[in-house]
Amino acid sequence: MSEGVFQPDQPPAALDGEGRDLFSKFDELIATRENLLAQGVEDPFNLVMEQVLSPTRAICNGRDTILLGTYNYMGMTFDPEVIAAGKQALDDFGAGTTGSRVLNGTYQGHREVEQALREFYAMDHAMVFSTGYQANLGIISTIAGKGDYIILDKDSHASIWDGCALGNAEVVPFRHNDIEAMDKRLGRIPEGAGKLVVLEGVYSMLGDVAPLAAMVAVAKRHGAMVLVDEAHSMGFIGEYGRGVAEAQGVLGEVDFVIGTFSKSVGTVGGFCVSNHPKFEILRLVCRPYVFTASLPPSVVATAETSIRKLMHGSNKRAHLWENSKRLHGGLKALGFQLGTEEPQSAIVAVIMPDLERGAMMWEALLKEGLYVNLARPPATPDNMTLLRCSLCAEHSAEEVETILGMFERAGARVGIIG
Amino acid sequence: MDRAATDERIRALIEPFNKKGIAITEATTFAGDLEFDSLTVMDFVAEIEDAFDIIISMNQQAEIESYGQLVDAVSQMAD
Ligand SMILES: Cc1ncc(COP(=O)(O)O)c(C=O)c1O
Repeated sequence: MSEGVFQPDQPPAALDGEGRDLFSKFDELIATRENLLAQGVEDPFNLVMEQVLSPTRAICNGRDTILLGTYNYMGMTFDPEVIAAGKQALDDFGAGTTGSRVLNGTYQGHREVEQALREFYAMDHAMVFSTGYQANLGIISTIAGKGDYIILDKDSHASIWDGCALGNAEVVPFRHNDIEAMDKRLGRIPEGAGKLVVLEGVYSMLGDVAPLAAMVAVAKRHGAMVLVDEAHSMGFIGEYGRGVAEAQGVLGEVDFVIGTFSKSVGTVGGFCVSNHPKFEILRLVCRPYVFTASLPPSVVATAETSIRKLMHGSNKRAHLWENSKRLHGGLKALGFQLGTEEPQSAIVAVIMPDLERGAMMWEALLKEGLYVNLARPPATPDNMTLLRCSLCAEHSAEEVETILGMFERAGARVGIIG
Repeated sequence: MDRAATDERIRALIEPFNKKGIAITEATTFAGDLEFDSLTVMDFVAEIEDAFDIIISMNQQAEIESYGQLVDAVSQMAD
């Protein structure tokens, strides 16, 4: 599960003795890491991209590399109009705002990107945060208070768990994508308590989609408000790229959509959109919105331009689906074990037998010239080690074939496939 | 609910999670003795919740360290 449960895992037994200090709690992790690196594997968590050539290619650790682990789904990072908007804003408004959104940090551009979001989602309100992480942290901790209940999927992203930990509500997880488990827990909440259900459109570890239509209906039957994090579906899933809730026809019943600029939008930032009539008050009471500096003018300008272009991205969306289907089908045919039976998103997760072979496979792919994301426990569900591949609309059909060839050679060498 | 009956049911539920076959007493701790990690805790709690038709929020779980404390909490909640 979860990239962050808030009860720490078992603390190491306290030893008396020398050299023990506040860092001793990390000894086990340090040992695991040293052990892995001692086998001569390149450090999967210390990669440097020396040059970035395009949304799909970079020079990584000195090698020309195809990028298949960047969540840059729509390839907007190098869009010429997006870049031009950023440069113009740098010239006109300077490098940074040096201030909070509620003091001196709301520029014209912040207003404009919020307007673009309202249009993109066809919703009344939009609030832009400095990251998606902060959007979850702020919205969840602020709207669910003492005595309220948060019912959430146990595979939720770290930022959702941290939002729960920051607030004072009662936190009740349920089994991943299990409608009945969610229903039962909602039914047990004491009469009169406020209820917030927190879901994601696409779960980024396995790339699977939530049964939102059914879950939102259940939540509403229990009188709960619903927040959906659409970080990995914005720009790609749904007719207008509004996400899984749109694709399943329930966006109108979702109270809050959380999103990020760090994936399809191609820059950095986070947001919440909503139709709630009192939504704007959150700008005054949401601490991760108030007590941090706002995004630089260049960033909000690139985000606005990108969001407006994503509204008309249906051809790119269609090509991205083709890429996802081809990669998924090709890897399955090669004999790899995948996170989902069918492709459900632009994420294809390849399940590794264990961390050692996962790291070896990751390195073998890097030497072939392919970058994927290595995900390991405790960030992964059921303690799995995963190679997470995220496709981009800018990957060509030929590139996907090249990628499959790389997986075939690396998989055979490491002994993952026969 | 009767404490002895609660105890008996929880003992049965804990068995598949007690991988090392530790003898369980009132003082047995989940993190220390049973070596439950956060994932195991979540799965185990879900079983108990469904068996007794209760909610044990993560906030409440933070107060429960030993087997005896769990039995006490569940007997109270399942009243
Ligand atoms: C589901 C989910 N929510 C939120 C975030 C946070 O987004 P950001 O990178 O903007 O902080 C991420 C990305 O890591 C995510 O995967």
